[in-house]
Amino acid sequence: MTFIAKPKLHHPSLVKNKAGFTRRDYEGAVSTLCAGCGHDSISAAIIQACFELDILPHQVAKLSGIGCSSKAPTYFIGASHGFNTVHGRMPSVATGANLANRDLIYLGVSGDGDSASIGLGQFAHVMRRGVNMTYIVMNNGVYGLTKGQFSATADKGSISKKGVSNPDSSIDMVSMAILMGATFVGRSFSGDKHQLVPLIKAALMHKGAAFLDVISPCVAFNNHAGSTKSYEYVREHNEALNRLDFIEGREEITAHYEPGTATTVEQHDGSLLRLRKLGEDYDPSDKIAAMKRVQEGLASGEVVTGLLYVDPSPKDLHANLNTVDAPLNTLQTADLCPGTAALERINASLR
Amino acid sequence: MPQAMTAVNDFVVKFANVNGSGSASANELFARSILRMGVPVSPRNIFPSNIQGLPTWYEVRVTEKGWLGRRGGVDLMVAMNPQTWAQDVKEIEPGGYLFYDSTKPLPSSAFREDINVIGVPLTAICNATYTDARQRQLFKNIIYVGALSVLLDIDPAEIERLFGEQYKGKEKLLDSNIKALNLGRDWAKQHLDPASVKLKVRRADNVGNRIFVEGNSAAALGAVYGGATVCAWYPITPSSSLAEAFAAHCKRLRHDKETGKAKYAIVQAEDELASIGMVIGAGWNGARAFTATSGPGISLMTEFIGLAYFAEVPAVIVNVQRGGPSTGMPTRTQQSDLLSCAYASNGDTKHVLLFPEDPRECFEFTAGALDLADRLQTPIFVMTDLDIGMNHRLCKPFEWDDKRAYDRGKVMTAAELEAGKNFGRYLDVDGDGIPFRTYPGTHPTKGSYFTRGTTKDEYARYSEEGAVYVRNMERLQKKFATAAKIAPQPLRYSSPKPTRYGVIYFGSTSPAMAEALDHLEADGNHVNALRVRSFPFAQAVEDFIHEHDKVFVVEQNRDGQLRSMIMNEFTLDARKLVPVLHYDGTPITARFIAADIAKKIGQFKVVPFDKAAS
Repeated sequence: MTFIAKPKLHHPSLVKNKAGFTRRDYEGAVSTLCAGCGHDSISAAIIQACFELDILPHQVAKLSGIGCSSKAPTYFIGASHGFNTVHGRMPSVATGANLANRDLIYLGVSGDGDSASIGLGQFAHVMRRGVNMTYIVMNNGVYGLTKGQFSATADKGSISKKGVSNPDSSIDMVSMAILMGATFVGRSFSGDKHQLVPLIKAALMHKGAAFLDVISPCVAFNNHAGSTKSYEYVREHNEALNRLDFIEGREEITAHYEPGTATTVEQHDGSLLRLRKLGEDYDPSDKIAAMKRVQEGLASGEVVTGLLYVDPSPKDLHANLNTVDAPLNTLQTADLCPGTAALERINASLR
Repeated sequence: MPQAMTAVNDFVVKFANVNGSGSASANELFARSILRMGVPVSPRNIFPSNIQGLPTWYEVRVTEKGWLGRRGGVDLMVAMNPQTWAQDVKEIEPGGYLFYDSTKPLPSSAFREDINVIGVPLTAICNATYTDARQRQLFKNIIYVGALSVLLDIDPAEIERLFGEQYKGKEKLLDSNIKALNLGRDWAKQHLDPASVKLKVRRADNVGNRIFVEGNSAAALGAVYGGATVCAWYPITPSSSLAEAFAAHCKRLRHDKETGKAKYAIVQAEDELASIGMVIGAGWNGARAFTATSGPGISLMTEFIGLAYFAEVPAVIVNVQRGGPSTGMPTRTQQSDLLSCAYASNGDTKHVLLFPEDPRECFEFTAGALDLADRLQTPIFVMTDLDIGMNHRLCKPFEWDDKRAYDRGKVMTAAELEAGKNFGRYLDVDGDGIPFRTYPGTHPTKGSYFTRGTTKDEYARYSEEGAVYVRNMERLQKKFATAAKIAPQPLRYSSPKPTRYGVIYFGSTSPAMAEALDHLEADGNHVNALRVRSFPFAQAVEDFIHEHDKVFVVEQNRDGQLRSMIMNEFTLDARKLVPVLHYDGTPITARFIAADIAKKIGQFKVVPFDKAAS
């Protein structure tokens, strides 16, 4: 993870968002990933999403595990704190960080090795606890840094670069997330910015556990014939269920939708998820239907993408724990220490 | 007639029960009633890794002198478990007493000739009084407490007062318990001669303002007072009751008066890996966080502990040690995780350990550990054990100074960043090895950095350059030296006479050691003592060793782990350090320590042949 700083010079005519930042203010160091890596496209989509949402860069905390994908946080939002934790354990660190300060935006970035193998347990539990975070898996079905071994999301029968057929069943992260209790679940493709950016925006603003499985081809080890995570394969088999427009608060809806071509999901915080229909009727707030559609896609070899499931009124971990509104890390001695009078009473009760 | 052992306020009663039979609260009632008479007691649970059915014991040492270590030996056995009858009867000291349920006659071969036998038909009394099976079971325990109170001269008014406190507002339960107590008392008065039992409790004034509390509850209260807001844990014996006590304390002490909302967060994690991960995430983000675990949990946390060491993230880990290795002896006590904690993780790592001696220090050190973790930006281990953690122990009352403010360590603020103060996350600006940190979200453009377990330079930039790596590792060493200065210092207890013998001990060995020193002194074996309270060791530890020809190192493990650490950290002749080791899972006793040290001193006094000849 060599650190190459990007020059800070900005062109004066660069457009600023409502927070006063240009798109470039959301960039990080120069990527050291391979040219053409899907992960860089996802980083670009994250930058775009944060810029469009007018997020204050330092209000984001970026966390990751270990692997190519987990390097990515270095390459976006340089002005925010990042934590490159240990392999497969980003979810627990993100949970603790979120407990300490509920006011920041938590973005967890992981890979298929990090989340579906070594970290499957923590992935499952962070979803079921409803930690208010966006969890993105940059999914390429292969271990890149260790040079080309199958990961647990590689499809059964897919062929490695060395010509070996994968004998094991694959783990579908989207199915896992829905089953484990995530309240926002989507899948997209690193090569489809128009679908991905609104999904990331909606996920970042979702007040609960939001999960995005982003198929992100590995140009070095998994972009050949026989792979089911190559650019070509995903483009051919991508079955987008909807196209999302994320609308914050009471903002005026400017996009034009033909009658009967869109459905709207209003979330508890007032934000709107406007979904353009693509071919079939699909209701992402119906969890059982979502499970069924995802499983049908798996059975037929489709890569089902879009907003797959959303609970518009999620309850997050802080709500479940009934914690105070102020971030716990701002509480001072006077807020936390019961003092000597209380201690004397305790002593008296122990005699 | 066997000889009848005579003792006032100085004897050991052991209750042999079946796990899950409701005996625990009755036995505790017995111990507390003696305490209320002003006589110190030191009770110990000896229990199996089981929920129901297996044997369990409760040992009460009645000790007017206030020796709170386990004594060893049993003077009065309350044998309520047929499964362990033979073993229990065997354990009684000659001249001691056996109290048993005489409902069913037992052959004379079941007893011993050199002990005094007291039979009370507990089952018969219960069956005649109660019809409900559960009541028969539970009240049997209270009935034996009643009978024992007559035999040992325990004031029944104290027992009734304890019932009154326990069943406040539950009059029905109060009445039925008093009734059961009197059933036992009345039977004993009618059928037994109290003078036949020569072990007596006599009112004294030796308890003072001391409190009677379990170390786990005390450590949890220390976490509340020390400002912990995040607790992440995974159930493991013998530490589970610590996290549960934290929840109970917080429920009473940490809810906002107006909104009722919690000023804390407790998460029961999916495993120890996640619990320490959450603690590190919270610590990184500026909240005070801790976990409670035991040896096997430490094994699982090791990778994360290395991350917190190298990335310099505050964390507090309370390790309530049990018998190892592996699953080991889950319900027995040991001090056998010193090495696995002190040097946890791959690579060159060293961690700060604190060694509380009793619940009072569990409170003090856990609160202090939260300050130390923030100050040193590293994991701090509070090394307690099952003996302290899960037994009620008499100790000095908890103290707090209302003027005390939490030491949040070196945290650079938004104002300082705005004013242009130089921020290098791993830059040693003060020469103590401790850099400044920033909390995430502090400043829009300044002070952000990337936290990682990989090697980095002073400004948190990734670097694999050898010189940069070495600089960082040396700064961490310097920080460790700073820790030795600010962690709890060792305490010295000097013999009244000059001596060439010293003894080093720590943690739960403390009460047994104090008593052993008294025995040794009485026998003319003069020994200076040093109680180590933290690692890294203070310079005083090395000085103490240099001052003596031989230094005994008393530990509750097989390998002499503290001794190994002393040899590892100081340059000295290892032959000077003589291990005194007790590790069968029972708490160490004064008898064992004094006998072993006296034996070894005897051996050293023998002049070698070659010296004698020359």
